[in-house]
Amino acid sequence: MEFLTPPPVRRLTGEESVTEPLGPTRGLPAPPGNGNGNGNGNGSAPASPLVGGRRRIASTPLAIDRMQAEALSVAYGRKPAVDSVSLPIRQGEVLALIGPSGCGKTTLLRSLNRLTELNKDVSQSGRITLDEVDIATLDPTALRRRVTMVFQQPNPFPMSVFDNVAYVLREQAARRPKRAALRGAVRDALARAGLLDELGDDLDHPALRLSGGQQQRLCIARALAADPEVLLLDEPCSALDPQSTQVIEDLIVRLREDVAVVIVTHNLQQAYRVADYVAFMYLGRLVEYGTARQLFRTPREQRTREYVRGEFG
Amino acid sequence: MSLLELPVSQPGPRAPRAAQSPPWRLIDRIGLAVAWLLGLLFCALAGALVLYFLVQGIKYVRPSLFLTNPSPGFTATATGGFLDPMLGTMLVSAIAMAIALPIGIGVAVWLSEYGRPAALARVAESTIEMIAGTPSIVLALFGILLFESPALGFLSRSSEGVVFGRSFFAAGAMLSLVALPLVVSNVREGLEAIPDHVREASYALGKTKFATTRRVLLPAARPSVLTGAMLGAGRVIGDTAIIVVLLGATLTFDRSGSVPLLSTLRGTGSTLTYYVFYNAPTGEGNQPTKAYAAAFVLLMIVLALNVGVDIATRRSRRLRWSS
Repeated sequence: MEFLTPPPVRRLTGEESVTEPLGPTRGLPAPPGNGNGNGNGNGSAPASPLVGGRRRIASTPLAIDRMQAEALSVAYGRKPAVDSVSLPIRQGEVLALIGPSGCGKTTLLRSLNRLTELNKDVSQSGRITLDEVDIATLDPTALRRRVTMVFQQPNPFPMSVFDNVAYVLREQAARRPKRAALRGAVRDALARAGLLDELGDDLDHPALRLSGGQQQRLCIARALAADPEVLLLDEPCSALDPQSTQVIEDLIVRLREDVAVVIVTHNLQQAYRVADYVAFMYLGRLVEYGTARQLFRTPREQRTREYVRGEFG
Repeated sequence: MSLLELPVSQPGPRAPRAAQSPPWRLIDRIGLAVAWLLGLLFCALAGALVLYFLVQGIKYVRPSLFLTNPSPGFTATATGGFLDPMLGTMLVSAIAMAIALPIGIGVAVWLSEYGRPAALARVAESTIEMIAGTPSIVLALFGILLFESPALGFLSRSSEGVVFGRSFFAAGAMLSLVALPLVVSNVREGLEAIPDHVREASYALGKTKFATTRRVLLPAARPSVLTGAMLGAGRVIGDTAIIVVLLGATLTFDRSGSVPLLSTLRGTGSTLTYYVFYNAPTGEGNQPTKAYAAAFVLLMIVLALNVGVDIATRRSRRLRWSS
């Protein structure tokens, strides 16, 4: 799927004022001919000196600790996927999980709202807390309303845009609230995902008729409608075109004020553009965790250095 | 592949590809010809069938046939129409679908979404396959055994403790078994075509499995439910054996009791299929013109159902997720 990620060239056209050009030797992406041709799918662009602009300079000062993974290990059957990872997740910041395929980033993400439990032979040790409460003690449905998730493939439900968002707001098994009572909350969620202006009043439009980018933003709106504390994004842009990717990246950066955002991405440029903190995982282990600038420019670990330079992946 | 290579490689090798492909071997050519021939043959068969009944039907169908009941007699004018058999067809398929749809959807959801305990699911699966393969006359015999039992006597006519065992209830119940496998397999197929990430998206919003099934999966599988229902109804409408054995085969409604609808349901009657059977040149009635007219109506109903299935499947294909 990496080939679907936007070529970094598009950075040439936007937000030059915010970008800080990176020296090609200091970080990402690797200059051409630096032995890549790897699975990054984005390392081969010739325009590298101008690539890698950040969406903003400084991270917000009001970061609040929301979640904490403590010595978390997850295994599928005998096969370990995540190996004693400890990591904070803060509101006011975007955390990006990067690493080669199969390094456990998606598993880590899915264990944050206990979606891993859907898999029968999964085992877990260590603990994850949400606002100092062990999430294992919470009801999974309650937890998942506080820690919502957006998937790689846009997957709106086969109903109208309105009903997609209203579905989240309607309590299960209880009497369904009237449409009019939900209208405000639905419009609010769509507005937060930047979809309301585009759709106008046509909220009865079938969700599956929207464009891919709009579908994905609808999924984000849906995830926001639950008013979560943490938003998990599993490669949300990998199936989208460059334009939609840019819109969603802008959205992610705006959202970090209200929710803690964790994004899994294969796209290093994307991690650099949107994230405040980056965690690099390799073979299930957390190799390095640090601010985006530090991790991409002056990685401490040898492995990280090689990965962000595109020497393997 | 770099961006610079693209424009060069694009227009080149596309056009002459057909010319380059090696010539077909003889056996392949013969196979293709046979496939074409058989295809055309089936088209011709289906066309001939519809055309024949169209011509015959239009020749013999009269509006009065829909409005009068069968009556004893030896001439075409004296034997009346097929009002009651037509209503009987509707009644019996309504009963059968009212039973088969909820049960079929339930079984399909269980098999596709839960499937536990696994052993029981496997048994249920092969049971349904077995029912699908059972001739309906066998189901009819079993139905007689079942509905003649005193415990189920309230569903049919009985006199002095002897249960007659034949009624719209009995026929509808056994016919639901004819429709059930089609409902189950179609709904199941529809549910299994929904990618897993759609289910997970619903769970990830804090929804239970039940809410997900009820509000996301079943609505998404609605075209398949519709397809299963229509295919099932088509089979029910076309079935004759169960009607002959379990409906009592009285050409008109023979009510049992005095409560309006219930008396009809507990009583006996017939359907269009039985009417055709009865009036066919080899049947007791021997009024072929009536048989043609009724067969035409029957064929039209089934064709309409097939068109409905077609529309439903086409609609389901239009709105899909990328997987």
